[in-house]
Amino acid sequence: MRRFLRPGHDPVRERLKRDLFQFNKTVEHGFPHQPSALGYSPFLRLMAIGTRSGAIKLYGAPGVEFMGLHEENNTVMQIHFIPDQCQLVTLLDDNSLHLWSLKQHSGASELREEHRFTLKGPPGSPPSATQVTAVLPHSSREVLYLGTESGNIFVVELPSFRVLEDRTITSEAVLQRVPEDYCNRRSCELVEALREHPKNPDQILIGYSRGLIVLWDLQNNKATHHFLGSQQLENLYWQRDGSKFISCHYDGSYTQWPVSSDNRHPEPLENFVPYGPFPCKAISKIYWQTTKNGLPYIIFQGGMPRASYGDRHSISVVHGSQQTAFDFTSRVIDFFIIFSSEPTAEFDDPSAMVVLAEEELVVIDLKTAGWPAVHPPYLASLHCSAITCSHHVSNIPLKLWERIISAGSKQNIHYSSMPWPIDGGTNIAPDPPQRDLLLTGHEDGTVRFWDASGVCLHLLYKLSTVRVFLTDADPNDNMNPLGEDEWPPLRKVGTFDPYSDDPRLGIQKIYLCKYSGYLAVAGTAGQVLVMELNDEDAEHVVDHAEADLLQDQEGYRWKGHEKLKTRDGPVRFEAGFQPFVLVQCQPPAVVTSLALHSEWKLVAFGTSHGFGLFDHQQKRLVFVKCTLHPSDQLALEGPLSRVKSLKKSLRQSFRRIRRSRVSSRKRRGGSGNASEVQEANAKFDQDTLQEMELAPVQRKIEARSAEDSFTGFVRTLYFADTFLRDSSRHCPSLWAGTNGGTVYAFCLRVPPAERRMDEPVRAEQAKEIQLMHRAPVVGILVLDGRSNPLPEPLEVAHDLSKSPDMQGSHQLLVVSEEQFKVFTLPKVSSKLKLKLTALEGCRVRKVMVANFSSCKTDDYSENDLAVLTNLGDIQIISLPFLKLQIRYPCIRKEDVSGIASCVFTKYGQGFYLISPSEFERFSLSTKWLVEPRCVVDMPEVTSNNHVHNKSGMENAVRKS
Amino acid sequence: EFRRFSLERSKPGKFEEFYGLLQHVHKIPNVDVLVGYTDIHGDLLPINNDDNYHKAVSTANPLLRIFIQRKEDADYSAFGTDTMTRKKNVLSNVLRPDNHKKKPHIVISMPQDFRPVSSIIDVDILPETHRRVRLYKYGTDKPLGFYIRDGSSVRVTPHGLEKVPGIFISRLVPGGLAQSTGLLAVNDEVLEVNGIEVSGKSLDQVTDMMIANSRNLIITVRPANQRNNVVRNSRTSGSSGQSTESSLPSSTPNILANFLQGEEESDEEDIIIEDSGEPQQIPKAAPTSESLESLTQIELLHESTQNGFLPSNEMNLNHSAGSISMEYEGQDPDHKSLEEDGTIITL
Repeated sequence: MRRFLRPGHDPVRERLKRDLFQFNKTVEHGFPHQPSALGYSPFLRLMAIGTRSGAIKLYGAPGVEFMGLHEENNTVMQIHFIPDQCQLVTLLDDNSLHLWSLKQHSGASELREEHRFTLKGPPGSPPSATQVTAVLPHSSREVLYLGTESGNIFVVELPSFRVLEDRTITSEAVLQRVPEDYCNRRSCELVEALREHPKNPDQILIGYSRGLIVLWDLQNNKATHHFLGSQQLENLYWQRDGSKFISCHYDGSYTQWPVSSDNRHPEPLENFVPYGPFPCKAISKIYWQTTKNGLPYIIFQGGMPRASYGDRHSISVVHGSQQTAFDFTSRVIDFFIIFSSEPTAEFDDPSAMVVLAEEELVVIDLKTAGWPAVHPPYLASLHCSAITCSHHVSNIPLKLWERIISAGSKQNIHYSSMPWPIDGGTNIAPDPPQRDLLLTGHEDGTVRFWDASGVCLHLLYKLSTVRVFLTDADPNDNMNPLGEDEWPPLRKVGTFDPYSDDPRLGIQKIYLCKYSGYLAVAGTAGQVLVMELNDEDAEHVVDHAEADLLQDQEGYRWKGHEKLKTRDGPVRFEAGFQPFVLVQCQPPAVVTSLALHSEWKLVAFGTSHGFGLFDHQQKRLVFVKCTLHPSDQLALEGPLSRVKSLKKSLRQSFRRIRRSRVSSRKRRGGSGNASEVQEANAKFDQDTLQEMELAPVQRKIEARSAEDSFTGFVRTLYFADTFLRDSSRHCPSLWAGTNGGTVYAFCLRVPPAERRMDEPVRAEQAKEIQLMHRAPVVGILVLDGRSNPLPEPLEVAHDLSKSPDMQGSHQLLVVSEEQFKVFTLPKVSSKLKLKLTALEGCRVRKVMVANFSSCKTDDYSENDLAVLTNLGDIQIISLPFLKLQIRYPCIRKEDVSGIASCVFTKYGQGFYLISPSEFERFSLSTKWLVEPRCVVDMPEVTSNNHVHNKSGMENAVRKS
Repeated sequence: EFRRFSLERSKPGKFEEFYGLLQHVHKIPNVDVLVGYTDIHGDLLPINNDDNYHKAVSTANPLLRIFIQRKEDADYSAFGTDTMTRKKNVLSNVLRPDNHKKKPHIVISMPQDFRPVSSIIDVDILPETHRRVRLYKYGTDKPLGFYIRDGSSVRVTPHGLEKVPGIFISRLVPGGLAQSTGLLAVNDEVLEVNGIEVSGKSLDQVTDMMIANSRNLIITVRPANQRNNVVRNSRTSGSSGQSTESSLPSSTPNILANFLQGEEESDEEDIIIEDSGEPQQIPKAAPTSESLESLTQIELLHESTQNGFLPSNEMNLNHSAGSISMEYEGQDPDHKSLEEDGTIITL
């Protein structure tokens, strides 16, 4: 029972561990999941986004970001910045108000919650009496006006949230001087909007939901004007000079009202239904922006003809004769306009429109003709097509980096060149230590290249593999401006497109060699593409080969999807990574493992049936190996064929709906839009979940056997130059590990460079190891004579790594889901092992070698294994002695997709998906830590005269 | 002396007749002999009644190797599965004449004559309410055959009685190892798996631990039925694992020690096939006395040894790819063809 005894703690090692390892979740990349509210401070030039889970995120200049989380986990309904302050107020759906402030602490700003408050009515009053519907932070910064469902407006003092009862504006007081017949029809209204007069802080405009609008004098506590609207009110907006305001309505109309001292009951100047005459959807928010040339910008959300375009998520911009209805890919949560906030400026002169849609952030440049979109430096929609895999490459050579950026810039020509307009705060974080790439594979067959060096995950380049294949998708579905005469003048904006035309295109594995620029990607239908970076457009034929992994085994029928059809003849590829070889596995099962050796010019790939090796220099298949157990019918037939086909048919039907929407523009009777699709999806998920929960929760205890299903599933492939046959000669080798605990080793003979094209690459099976515990092999690694992992291909050639030690004896590390084992080479004898599952009940999900440097001394670094278990814990295990160093809880164990999505970097950081659209970044290292560090200074207030301050108006007031 | 003769498989007849036939074939009409046969796992098992005689005939494939020993110089401990490591203890010598004299109508085999499928261990150190059960998965084709579930149990804590979550056996598969032992029952609470407490662990964790240890699973349970507990002071044997009072104290720790050692060994025995050669067990890197022992076991592999752990090795050899010993190739034609395909490697 020696193994239960733990060795005594070595104080020196313990100290070193503290200098090496430290766990931090540093930053969330991507687009917040389920955003629910938007706010903007023109004073701080910061934007705030609230989510349904109660998170609040602030963004300014790239690198400036803050995050806060409400304890309640309730939906954030509204966000309002306090004018001229580093403070904001949030309203949650439990009717609680929260005051947050940005305060400097040891050199950097932090977002903290200061106070919370829930409005309480007198005892016995209904909850609706105090249900807050509108919030107005007054420009005096001292009070907050809270409009409620009952129609009363409460005044609370800031920052204490003390209710000033004597200043409450009751609906009775408001209605006192309203004509009798009008108020009889419209009593008991909720407060829809509160707007402060842009020039006179003593006057506020109160809009009630049934149409009544009142200008209230705070000094005299009485209504000065009544505007008797006849339509249900949605929102209000003051014109800059305060002489007019505009109201928008449920019926899709907007109305201009004059404000003059002589008329207490003015008639509307103009009532207009922009997309009439047929019934229209509500206009829920409107801006009226003045310009120097006299033509205003009228910008409003919604208002589309109900029958034909009622399902569109649109915002229309009207400027003179120009009119565009921006058509968003998902529901618009809220939007704001960035305009001149200088109190002395005479005109608004809007420069940009920022739209928060449910799935993405879109910014439109209003100054450039054609109103192009601005490429956001952050808040990227990672999930514009669902992420299917990710791959991280550290320390990219500058040359490759520049080439990728240049390829990407050619793709981004339709973006505006406007600098990012939300530029508040200062990023004081040190420059990222190195250039890192995160590659995400997507369901639609694209690979996106993200700059993952710093806090802002920024899209550099997008690669599509679709062109190689024949699919039924029409390529010009998106981004196609409509003809001139189309009405309404819809224009699609945004990139979110979750509907894959063909799920077989999905990317499953990615391998990029940063030294050579070779890229291998593999997908759902057994396709493996090898690509090369080309700085120019090119048209060429992609060489095509087939790898029959079943090797003439009779009697089996693949019931899964068909292989993808390839395009004959030359294909035109844009600058960037261009495929030159396509290998298709037969049967066309999902590629489950992939390895590329750029020096030997070999690519290895594995599926649930076996694995193969392809020489991409000679474009010749070197060998295939079937790993199937003959009794494994399930794997042969394509296990998920039935599930997949259901999913596919659902997807296709949604696709059809969507397509028909696009094609028949004048079609009457809107059906299925994105949110309905999502609802249907959610319901489907819920149903399946319920079904699962009905089954009794019990687990079968059974030993693994060779006959289990998917034992042949190839989990890992690894190239190594090591001692496979004898200890005097090392040779190239390929290692493969299966789900059934088998490791195969093949000895490779790669001709020398000068005869590389003349002689074939040969391979011969040299070893086969069967782990008795039969757990899936998830990692294979060869350690050199100094117990260091072998360097990557070409790493030594580029002087970026010491040559591996070929003198001492090499060791083989096999990581299964249950155990870590070290064997000697070339004669395989077991040396060391670490049992994980038998002792702790957890299994290895992800494993990667990471290099850890000491934060104290520059010259010390060591290699360890970073391991993620199925319980969501991260463990660091030393090499080569397999001693557990440290363990951190990281991901909830229920979060299966989070665990499945985790990638480790070579220097002890990692990423995992916390939602379909967000990566959480974490760091295990004391040395490599990428986290936001920024300062928000109070800009100098140009004038103490609040009369001219407009910030209060800017804050979004919206109802959900 | 070797004799070869045939029997009709479908009508083997009675043991007495077979015994007579043997005496006749060997021309030893009045000599008392012990009859044994080697089963498919290479174990020497006794034939001394109709049942095990029928079993022996039915497993003949097609040859049945039978061993006959004169009863006077018979070594009883030669039978069984763990005979390799088991010491000849005094016990069997004491019991044998006894057995011999009484000449019972049905000869009852010794405990050692059977392959253990389960045992109760550590009775001396566990509370009476707990039972530590060891399931021997190796060598049998029987599935472990049980299910576990979440539940809650009541514990005595410093704060009084408290309801705490626990893991329980929820189902026994009919014909499975767990059911056939009779030592585990539905609603028994699982307390430990191979010495590690399960409290605070999730159902999935405990499942994974059990599967990871499935080749040598030791479960400590609190039986739902507490009436069959061993009451130590009165020394009444209440459990099926202990046949006699006297054998209990001496043999149990001995067997346990042997098996613990065996577990470490068998667990190590990953298999390597070099250059499509013979599959071999992977030895330990630094030879120790233990690993030498395991090496000798390998050498004995293709002989009909009585080592308790070899059956499992052979099983594994059977399923590992590559060329394997002749006996097994014939059994599985599909398997063979796959192996041959596997060796078609570009040279």
